[in-house]
Amino acid sequence: MINLFFISTEIFLSLSILFLLLIGVFKKNSESFIYNFSCIILLVGLAININLNPQFPIDLFNNSYKIDYFTTLIKSIILISAFLVMLCSLNYVKQNDILKIEYPILILSSILGMLIMVSSNDLIVFYVGLELQSLALYVLAAFKRDNILSSESGLKYFILSALSSGLLLYGCSLIYGFSSSTNFDLIYQNSESIEYGIIFGIVFVLVGLAFKITAVPFHMWAPDVYDGSPTSVTVIFAILPKIAALTVFINFLYGPFLEMFDQWQAVIIFLSIGSMVLGAVAAIGQKKLKRLIAYSSISHMGFALAGLSVGTNEGIQNSIIYLIIYLIMNIAFFCCLFMLKRENQYFDKVEDLSGLSKNHPLLSLSMMIILFSLAGIPPLAGFFAKFYIFTAVIEQSMYFLAIVGLLSTVIAAFYYIRLIKVMYFDEQREKYDLNHSIGLKMILVVSSTIILIYFINPNIINNFVSNITII
Amino acid sequence: MNFPIISSLILLPLIGALFLFFINSKNITGIKYVSLFVSIINFLISIYLWLIFDQSSYEFQFVENRVWIKDFINYKVGVDGISILFIILTTFITPLCILSVNSSIKNRLKEFLIAILLMETLMIGVFCSLDLVIFYLFFEGGLIPMFLIIGIWGGERRVYSAFKFFLFTLLGSVLMLIAVISIYWIAGTTDVEELYKLGIDPKYQNLLWLAFFSSFAVKTPMWPVHTWLPDAHVEAPTAGSVLLAAILLKMAGYGFIRFSIGLFPVASEYFVPFIFVISLIAIIYTSLVALMQDDMKKLIAYSSVAHMGFVTLGLFTFTQQGVEGGIFQMISHGIVSAALFFSVGVVYDRTHSRRINDYGGLVNVMPKYSILLMVFVLGSLGLPGTTGFIGEFLILMGTFKKSFLVAAIASLGVILGAAYMLWLYKRIVFGELTNQKILKIIDLNKVELSILTLLALSIIFFGFYPDPFSNTYSVSVENFLNEYNDKLNSYNLQNQ
Repeated sequence: MINLFFISTEIFLSLSILFLLLIGVFKKNSESFIYNFSCIILLVGLAININLNPQFPIDLFNNSYKIDYFTTLIKSIILISAFLVMLCSLNYVKQNDILKIEYPILILSSILGMLIMVSSNDLIVFYVGLELQSLALYVLAAFKRDNILSSESGLKYFILSALSSGLLLYGCSLIYGFSSSTNFDLIYQNSESIEYGIIFGIVFVLVGLAFKITAVPFHMWAPDVYDGSPTSVTVIFAILPKIAALTVFINFLYGPFLEMFDQWQAVIIFLSIGSMVLGAVAAIGQKKLKRLIAYSSISHMGFALAGLSVGTNEGIQNSIIYLIIYLIMNIAFFCCLFMLKRENQYFDKVEDLSGLSKNHPLLSLSMMIILFSLAGIPPLAGFFAKFYIFTAVIEQSMYFLAIVGLLSTVIAAFYYIRLIKVMYFDEQREKYDLNHSIGLKMILVVSSTIILIYFINPNIINNFVSNITII
Repeated sequence: MNFPIISSLILLPLIGALFLFFINSKNITGIKYVSLFVSIINFLISIYLWLIFDQSSYEFQFVENRVWIKDFINYKVGVDGISILFIILTTFITPLCILSVNSSIKNRLKEFLIAILLMETLMIGVFCSLDLVIFYLFFEGGLIPMFLIIGIWGGERRVYSAFKFFLFTLLGSVLMLIAVISIYWIAGTTDVEELYKLGIDPKYQNLLWLAFFSSFAVKTPMWPVHTWLPDAHVEAPTAGSVLLAAILLKMAGYGFIRFSIGLFPVASEYFVPFIFVISLIAIIYTSLVALMQDDMKKLIAYSSVAHMGFVTLGLFTFTQQGVEGGIFQMISHGIVSAALFFSVGVVYDRTHSRRINDYGGLVNVMPKYSILLMVFVLGSLGLPGTTGFIGEFLILMGTFKKSFLVAAIASLGVILGAAYMLWLYKRIVFGELTNQKILKIIDLNKVELSILTLLALSIIFFGFYPDPFSNTYSVSVENFLNEYNDKLNSYNLQNQ
């Protein structure tokens, strides 16, 4: 008898999606209800998930599904950030005429896909989860179907993503061919001797995953898709798939292929350096905030990957801390974007920030905190995130990676402080609206406060992560 | 555990800044009085700290040690004879800066004072942190308020200057961050006291020294990475220039003593010729550049580079006189350059010009100002009887012990210093009144007079009677040099 108790989060989410679909079909004008209800569903899902709290790793479905402290933690992070994302984008969704019944349901199904990805212990389960989340995201990217940019970004994302999924599947089949199993544990047992087929397979799978977290050189889609999609979808792109995909990076590399660390380490270092440098350099010339944040998130993923390239538990833990701080900073940044509106028109150009500090001192103060934190200036949270990563990197004497990474933060600092310059030193413009929802304001205030006062007691976040043991 | 006096020194300005944040920004007098009150209380606390400080001991005193990041970094602060003087310099200059904003800052006064108080917190933190990571946090954190001070309240080219300041210093310090983390893995701790005891393996010292040097050289600033300083000084508002010249530059000098020399004695000895050469270049070259300046603030900025060249020269002689001279020169330069920038601020507020040619004949309309400026100019060029003399004299004495040639060249810098400062004074104060604007100028008001008089008195008083300072640091410096020589000797014995 399979113990279904431990996957009750996933079961609950699937049933809710079906239930909401039924409501959407049979009840007219139920968009708002469904949106609000799915926020509640995410919260309930979070409560169920926290309640699981497995004391020891649990394997389900013939060892193809795994629940342990790590996956539960990541799932909680995904659920809570999905809730925050939906809460802060509520007004945007309403005012931009994209509040249809499909919208929240698609978000929920992509969340479900992510949860499956995170827990997967088998190539096929993993692929099913990945496709579930991607398919929902294709539609979301093109959700403003009358908008040419949105349709373009949806199509672009779909085609490129299909290509990367193809490569990923090819990698999976190579791995299956050379290790005669799709189960992570069995692959680990069968692949004791290093075969080129398996290495090729790993590289192909990594390509597919790198595409999802927009690591260089598979990042080309990111700026266009971030820019073209509605902002409420961009914030999903910037946060949720990255958490899930990075977790799969960890499960996949440090699970079946731990013994081949020497083989794949170079690939990760390459991805990491490329992302850090390109993300820093390419963002300098950007005129749109969404494109800028796309490049910035490319560079941040480079840092998270640097933590994974180390090959120690500490490196993985520090990557997770990095990810948590990254998502707090990004949610806060997008909250600021949602506040730049005048009479239902939203603004997302750098020049729209001009002189913001004179009209909206508090908004620009929190924006400044977020930007300095993204740039990694002490004593803000972003600095600690980088500090932990480089502690792990230097422990293994990988000085080249550390020096390149830190120099790229200096380059990146240039465009972050350029935004601060625009807000604080330039001439002011018309005022923006002040009638934001309470949820949006709360999220912005709380997240920028966390960024600001993280240094007082760093242990609060670190303690969640210090129990993770992968190796 | 006793009352955490050092933490309260660090936290008080921060609490003051928080308090200001919640005051209505239209209540200008309230804001001014609160910030002034906070900074004066802080000054009194630091004086009290100095009084109860045991001058006969070289140990770190009032040490506080708390767990901060579990199993990793402790929050550790404390003072010894060297750092306590810099803390007093900081708490002494800050209230004067706050007093001076009356005339120079017109808009966003509240934010300006918050930034100044935040700077005070961070600067005090730098001088008393006894853990490398804590030090780095305070050292780098100063970038944010200073960037805003230059960028928001600065002059015409403020954006360029603010960016240059920010990126130069950030670039320098990221390498230091790598070195700090490396030290953690090499020695197993970032606690400075522990590191003094353990010592760091000499084979790593050269690289680590260079990484620290890259950060301190930018901040000092040493030739050839000094170019951000004139720009930053020129564009910053008066209070910003004062903080920059009086205290921020000293953070690097202090860093050289505490970390570069203290942690890496073997490497420091190795790099002495290198330091001597660039210090000499800084002294001679920037003095010559200062001679040709048309802008008062730029001239003083270049003179700062030259004076800091003397400081690095003195510190790296590793003689009692040289190191003491370096420390004294830093304190003296902190007071003198602050005074000079205040003086420039006084005339700039009245005429909105920093060009030397726009002035001339000021003595006819501003007699009080001219007398006080004379004191500062003489202090800057090192006339006997001012603090500037003691610092430069000790440094040159220490240098003579090491190398006659270096000392001889450095002495030329003293002459050049006299040349550009006296010429500046002549062009501003004497001569005929040519500019119509200056005819209507009024002499110092009460606040300006009290700030400048206080600074002038302290320059003269400590110029004649330097004992309060030298008694405080002499035991620490002596022990510091003994430890330095011990470590060096044991290394040489091993290699023979």
